[in-house]
Amino acid sequence: MTWIDFIAEPWRHEFMIRAILVTVVASVVAAVLSCWLVLIGWSLMGDAVSHAVLPGVVLAYVLGLPFALGALVFGVAAVALIGTVSRISQVKEDAAIGVVFTTLFALGLVLISVIPSQTDLNHILFGNVLGVLNIDLLQVLVLGAIALTITLLKRRDLTLYAFDRAHAHVIGLNTRWLDTLLLGLLALTVVVGLQAVGVVLVVAMLIIPGATSLLLTSQISKMLVIAPILGGLCSLAGLYVSFYADTSPGGTVVLSQGVVFTLVYLLAPEKGIVAGFAKRRRSARLVAA
Amino acid sequence: MTQQLQQTDFAVEISGVRVAYGDVIALDGVNLELTHGRVHGLVGMNGSGKSTLFKSLMGMVRLTAGTVQINGLTPEIARSAGVVSYMPQSENVDWDFPVRVRDVVMMGRYGLMNRFRRVRPVDRAAVADALEQVQLTAFADRQIGKLSGGQRKRAFLARAIAQQASLLLLDEPFAGVDKPSEQTIIELLRDLALQGRTIMVSTHDLEGLPTLADDVVLLHQRVLAHGSPAEVLRPAVLGLAFGAIR
Repeated sequence: MTWIDFIAEPWRHEFMIRAILVTVVASVVAAVLSCWLVLIGWSLMGDAVSHAVLPGVVLAYVLGLPFALGALVFGVAAVALIGTVSRISQVKEDAAIGVVFTTLFALGLVLISVIPSQTDLNHILFGNVLGVLNIDLLQVLVLGAIALTITLLKRRDLTLYAFDRAHAHVIGLNTRWLDTLLLGLLALTVVVGLQAVGVVLVVAMLIIPGATSLLLTSQISKMLVIAPILGGLCSLAGLYVSFYADTSPGGTVVLSQGVVFTLVYLLAPEKGIVAGFAKRRRSARLVAA
Repeated sequence: MTQQLQQTDFAVEISGVRVAYGDVIALDGVNLELTHGRVHGLVGMNGSGKSTLFKSLMGMVRLTAGTVQINGLTPEIARSAGVVSYMPQSENVDWDFPVRVRDVVMMGRYGLMNRFRRVRPVDRAAVADALEQVQLTAFADRQIGKLSGGQRKRAFLARAIAQQASLLLLDEPFAGVDKPSEQTIIELLRDLALQGRTIMVSTHDLEGLPTLADDVVLLHQRVLAHGSPAEVLRPAVLGLAFGAIR
């Protein structure tokens, strides 16, 4: 097999083309959003929303509705519940997040056990990217485009909100609305990522690209370019490995993001561990001399 | 802006303001009027309600009683009109955040842009001008955390200047700032007051107050004294707040 065959082979299968499209779109959309999530410190919120959508997905299946609709309803509901619990009681936000998302996730598991279905639990939990239908693909493309468009149009407000909420408020922006917008985008993005890697691993797509790009630059405008490129390339690489090595596609995609993060963590030009070590060595030598 | 200034007698009118956090009363019947175009120093012990007073001007706390007016407007309308600007305390800023000095100053312009914050040439010019005034032009492309303490404060002051707000609220602008930078900031604030802006500065630095402020407000849940630095900074008056045992 020549290297051209190696590159071209996956594209000769329709299921692979759909898998590649879904995964790349999902990871690009999630990667853009991840930049703000890691800066605000909302990684746990991404985890919460992705788990909390499970009952929504199950109910949507029962009612014959699109998965995305059920997931979106429960994603938004989870976020609202977390906000309500932490605002109107003494329970701190991290505890509220923990209570709400585990309870909803458990509800999903119970629903699956009582509802006779053809759908494999594993497909919801870990994605079923090789079994994506055209209708799913359409959903992912449309929702992904909506999420990405809104995110990019509002990027300056989101950055201001992440950096200095008080200033955003003082110049007359509605910070509560921005809060809601960000959470809505999060729910939408989780829905998009579900098909690709499932509810358990989608959180990786919502954290790793942002965290990786933060180690590579000190400008959020550049993060917003680096993160989706990394996310997209890792998805492609992961799917190729999965195709030839016959490994779990969702798992391999996320694993490749993790590997790239590790490399960047060690080798990033300024913020990497090795660079930091070299810098300390150099200054120690200067002090000694 | 100058028209706005002439419309009302006072830049800030606070009457009967009371703020409570649960059982803790932070402000208890604050009455205060701030004259346009002056630098007002705000002093008091930790926990005397200085931050809460700022927050009530910014509309970030619910008032249990009383009213706040800024240039004769409600705080909400004043905010939408871009009248208010705020310089946060250093410990409330994430200095590792990936933005450049230029980006932070540009944030002062957002209230004046359209809803997608499209940057216009006039915004770039205002940012460049503000950076020039605080002498940070050479540092415009640095990440915000890669500045000294005094430069960081000046960057946020540039943001307020770019915003063209008529009321500037500065929370502890001299904390962690070297003396030369403090002097630069004081001169800038005096200049801004001369241009007609009203400035309120909370500070622990009582010695610096006479050169900084036209008026001093002594706060301890209520306004204990309000007058010229010479009037307020007398031991007998300061004792009301700093000697007060409650």
